[in-house]
Amino acid sequence: MLVIKDLAVKFPSRFGDVTAIADVDMEIRPGEIHGLVGESGAGKSTVGAAVIGLLSQPGYIAGGEITLGETDLRALSPEAAHRIRGDRISMIFQDPQTSLNPLMTIEDQLVETIQAHSDATHSQAVTRAVDLLEEIGIKNAASRIKAYPHQFSGGMRQRVVIALAICTDPELIIADEPTTALDVAVQSQVLALIQRLARERQIAFMLITHDIGVIAQVADRVTVMRKGRVMETGETQQVLGAPDHPYTQALMDAVPPLDVKIDRFRVPEEAPIAGEGPTGNVAEAWLLEGQRSEMLGLTLDHLTVQFAAPRTSLFRTPAPYVALDDVSLTVRPGTIMGLVGESGSGKSTLAKAITGLVSPTSGTMQLGGDDLPYGKTRGRRHPSRQLIQMVFQDPYSSLNSRHTIADILEEPLWFYGFVSDARERRRLAAAMLELVGMAPEAIDKYPHQFSGGQRQRVAVARALLARPRFLICDEPTSALDVSIQAEILNLLKDLQSTFGLSVLFISHNLSVVRQMADDTAVLRAGRIEEVGPTEDLYEAPQADYTRELLALTPVMPKAWRRAG
Amino acid sequence: MRDWLKRYEPVWLFVHSPAAIVAAVIAIAIIFGAVFAPWIAQVDPYDLSSFSLFDGLLPPVWEDGANPKYLLGTDDQGRDMISSILYGARLSLVIGISALTIAAVLGVGLGLAAGFYGGRFDAVVMRIADVQLALPAILTALLIDGIARGVLPASVQQDVRVAVLTLAIALSLWVNFARTARASTFVQMQKEYVQAAIMMGQRPVRIMFVHILPNILGPLLVIMTVDLASAILLEATLSFLGIGLPADSPSLGTLIRIGMQFLLSGEWWILWIPTLFLVALVVSINILGDFLRDVFNPRLR
Repeated sequence: MLVIKDLAVKFPSRFGDVTAIADVDMEIRPGEIHGLVGESGAGKSTVGAAVIGLLSQPGYIAGGEITLGETDLRALSPEAAHRIRGDRISMIFQDPQTSLNPLMTIEDQLVETIQAHSDATHSQAVTRAVDLLEEIGIKNAASRIKAYPHQFSGGMRQRVVIALAICTDPELIIADEPTTALDVAVQSQVLALIQRLARERQIAFMLITHDIGVIAQVADRVTVMRKGRVMETGETQQVLGAPDHPYTQALMDAVPPLDVKIDRFRVPEEAPIAGEGPTGNVAEAWLLEGQRSEMLGLTLDHLTVQFAAPRTSLFRTPAPYVALDDVSLTVRPGTIMGLVGESGSGKSTLAKAITGLVSPTSGTMQLGGDDLPYGKTRGRRHPSRQLIQMVFQDPYSSLNSRHTIADILEEPLWFYGFVSDARERRRLAAAMLELVGMAPEAIDKYPHQFSGGQRQRVAVARALLARPRFLICDEPTSALDVSIQAEILNLLKDLQSTFGLSVLFISHNLSVVRQMADDTAVLRAGRIEEVGPTEDLYEAPQADYTRELLALTPVMPKAWRRAG
Repeated sequence: MRDWLKRYEPVWLFVHSPAAIVAAVIAIAIIFGAVFAPWIAQVDPYDLSSFSLFDGLLPPVWEDGANPKYLLGTDDQGRDMISSILYGARLSLVIGISALTIAAVLGVGLGLAAGFYGGRFDAVVMRIADVQLALPAILTALLIDGIARGVLPASVQQDVRVAVLTLAIALSLWVNFARTARASTFVQMQKEYVQAAIMMGQRPVRIMFVHILPNILGPLLVIMTVDLASAILLEATLSFLGIGLPADSPSLGTLIRIGMQFLLSGEWWILWIPTLFLVALVVSINILGDFLRDVFNPRLR
């Protein structure tokens, strides 16, 4: 039905035209869910935007054909193209927070869209809107339709977005990362809905995502893209189960499996990691020398964190918001504790309580047998400020963009008083770069000159230069592509075992935690649901919630994984 | 086009913006003329012996009865218009830039601290800023001028006119800096590099000035340019109203005030030439400010 041939999109720039995508061929049949997968910068979204005719300015289609049924989409006048959008092609965006107008009721938005594409009267349109909402699984649609978007949860909102997309009976829906902003439970519901719509209404879906698990679960066929080119296309089982192209193979190797623990990720053309270079040894020796001290564990006992809720009355203090509720947790010395939970479960609050950015309301924290004071009373020179280091989620915001890599890396060296000689500091910082798998020459550059994965390596190097004994990794790979994620996870594993670090590894991704952690704790709404050795917890989960999480996480069939 | 020009975006944008180029040329020419006024101007308007009443009220050269020695004519005292304007612009710029510097140091310092510490300190600083905003700049200037007249002995009052004027202008401009610095600091406080620095236990002063300040310079630079124009205008207004500089050491505003007396008597140049000069200066600085804002805020492009 949708046929794309030799599609090329270019973006003019002052350096000449930049080719965003080229030679893209694709075919989507009615009722088919076609996965479009690739890492950031692969041009997935550009394909979707070109089909629906909403390329961001000043991009233009430089060649190729796009036909929907009998219609040549490239030959359409702007008015005709506008009519086709919504009428025959719809779009679902990533973030349901921003794709609905917050000032209009759900009813108004649906009715407006229905009436724009048909001659229905207002009351007919309302009836149709209610039916649609019922169909996509919103109960009491007749009354809830009067609500505003903010009165719906994230998953509900994404359902409304889908209702908006299907209210004109389109033939094709382009879904650009429709579940990326959602938690696993909601994600599985939205994916089930997409599958049902494809079956029942014979709508064709172009499902753009970076999550191979999602593709494996719902897509009938898949196209793998890289750097604007199609690498491989075909039946999902064929492409992902027995990939022909080396890139697809590498991509599959990098996906962390949920059902089994593997030692290391297979990473193509692996950079020298962990002191393989001559100067990397210097950094390694320096770290080992500082780590004669024993390994430190961390114990949290009945830790509770409350935040003041906004005041609504002058006379009554509102009940505080409980972010962490009576959390007790022990990270054994020299091991990795994985912490999983959905957004808002309090994972990051726990990290902030340990690092002192947030002060608990009650409970105690102990680092290696010594009391860890609350953030408010922890002095600037408290030893824990050196012993505990953190690798943050977003490598684009965790490095100061106005400082050079040298400034960033040398800061802990002089601040903690390790090295007083400036030249020695620089030498050590360069050596540490090599230890984390980067060229020592990078030291005079600025963070923006590096990719996300390289920046995360720099962030790891900064944490190590404080000679930490306890490392907190807060979603260290969730902003990274899957192949980069595999490299960073390998690096963290190597460093942890070499230097005997104790690690708190926070992630929403159960597969990643399974690969990394010795023990795992499951957090939900500020409470620990379950904690135990990782293998036991994944193989025989005790809490219902854990079982549910494990069941809902999209996985690839076992047979598709290459023997490692 | 040379490669480095292409690569450095602000430069590239600049050479492709005719308005910015014209504005920059005018602004630089005026600033150059003002800085080197003692060497360029043929008459020192502050030195009574360098001009003569006999040369008074001469029109510009293209009018009848002009003296080619005075290209743009003379005022009633016989002072060369060009010389007066150059010396006036010199004073205006000195006052404008000093006031701006004081306002920037005060405002950015307070704004950074308010954004960093938040809470009560932030509330107090911002309420003071609100009160300051509620007072028109002229009222602030009158207030300080009044206090200075009341407190200082008459003998030194002439000498501190420039300082009083500068302080008055600085006080009405610091709020802009404080608000912008505070808002940008709030944004930076959410960034993980700031949290990392706090976790390390670095001194607040270091976090504010070494980590945060370089990241919020962009918007502050824009305010600086736009507010330089405001400062010059404010000085002109105050001088025009007679609160500012006296007639024997004229700034641009004083020149315009003097010119007002001749508005209806045919000697138009005494009013119009300094006015047009002031407009050219302020407009060109504003255009440069808008250009900088566009450079630093690509979403507006």
